[in-house]
Amino acid sequence: MTDSEKDRYRLNKELAQMLKGGVIMDVTTPAQAKIAEDAGACAVMALERIPADIRAAGGVARMSDPQMIRGIQDAVSIPVMAKVRIGHFVEAQILQAIDIDYIDESEVLTPADDVYHIDKTKFKVPFVCGAKDLGEALRRIAEGASMIRTKGEPGTGDVVQAVSHMRAVNDGIRRLVSQTEDELYESAKQLQVPLDLVRYVHVNGRLPVVNFAAGGIATPADAALMMQLGAEGVFVGSGIFKSGDPAKRAAAIVKAVTAYNDPKILAEVSAGLGPAMVGISADEIKTLMAERGQ
Amino acid sequence: MTVIGVMALQGAFAEHQTALARLGVDTVQLRKAADLTQPLDGIVLPGGESTVMGKLMNDLGMMAPLQKRVRYGLPVLGTCAGLILLADKVDGGPGPWLSTMPIAVRRNAYGRQLGSFSAEAAFTGRQIPMEFIRAPYIEQVGPGTKELATVNGHTVAAEYGNQLAVAFHPELTDDPTVYRHFLAKVDRTV
Repeated sequence: MTDSEKDRYRLNKELAQMLKGGVIMDVTTPAQAKIAEDAGACAVMALERIPADIRAAGGVARMSDPQMIRGIQDAVSIPVMAKVRIGHFVEAQILQAIDIDYIDESEVLTPADDVYHIDKTKFKVPFVCGAKDLGEALRRIAEGASMIRTKGEPGTGDVVQAVSHMRAVNDGIRRLVSQTEDELYESAKQLQVPLDLVRYVHVNGRLPVVNFAAGGIATPADAALMMQLGAEGVFVGSGIFKSGDPAKRAAAIVKAVTAYNDPKILAEVSAGLGPAMVGISADEIKTLMAERGQ
Repeated sequence: MTVIGVMALQGAFAEHQTALARLGVDTVQLRKAADLTQPLDGIVLPGGESTVMGKLMNDLGMMAPLQKRVRYGLPVLGTCAGLILLADKVDGGPGPWLSTMPIAVRRNAYGRQLGSFSAEAAFTGRQIPMEFIRAPYIEQVGPGTKELATVNGHTVAAEYGNQLAVAFHPELTDDPTVYRHFLAKVDRTV
């Protein structure tokens, strides 16, 4: 990396640090983006259809229309993220050209490449990527991701996969921390990741980038659960705009992420929210989005 | 023993705690209204999203008590979003929030993330590294406010009595200059 590439990567990791303790909400229109901002979202994710609808409709899910994304950029003052298909570096070039704040190379969309992820080091704009375990997280970071999130199982309203992915990443971190220096070479080999990243985790006991939870979070309690399990913030997709009262639920989830350790506040914000998204159990579905991109 | 309260509703508050710990200063997290009733020698408003922190401060009943303590002279350091929370005039988005400092700020003044940058500039006469992340700048300062740093022709740091506001992130670099300046205010008050 050149000095200016190093500066850019640091600045991109630092933007993720500013999002910590916050909620990033999926939105499909400028009106929803405004509801999200007013409810206290720290960023919005602009996409054509929310994951539950992508799941229901089937077919190929792609990057959103840039015109729609611009409409959302104009509607809010908080950062605007958008998704590209795994491996679709041209969709990423397009989002960079419209000055997006963060790109999510996302398994929620239909993968464009079944082998390679995007070489994210070639971009100035930051990327967030999903991971099911420590190996995936570090592989994405090696490719240039400046933020990580659990994959979870998007569009289900079932938090079980997000929980297991967060636990798997933490378990992987604890293993590396407890290893001796000479054991790290074998771990790098097994995890299929560069040794310097393995060393970083061994010494610091954490990922070198911010780590959020995503995929199946539908209630304030789900969000607080992920925070207590070590997430530094949460993405909420279908959970908000598939529920009975999106504005109220969005605001409640924001408060739950701030007060994740305070059961009294969690009880208050969980009360009277109306129906949550109906959801679908993660083991009843055919398409496991989390299996896309290893 | 000095204790600094760090507003811990959203954003990079842990980084401020780490930076202050390096200087041997104790911190406590401020998460609800009751946390503002304890004895504190100063307060830090961190970087993050000002819209999120402002809303939560209102909803959690923290805005009025904090405003009161700052007006009564409690030293406060606001960085990036924290600067926006202190300003009495905000362009480019919701606000103002605490309105305790007579400065006009422009939010996202350098554009989106591709406009984020690092610089080195003089702060109270000393060259220090500065990280600007979707940063604001100060468009205008009111009477009694002193400008402390300028980058590309824009004011990026100012002080007004007990209040110190910077558009960049001292918590993301190792340089302690901004904290030392803030802690000097704390020492004068204690």
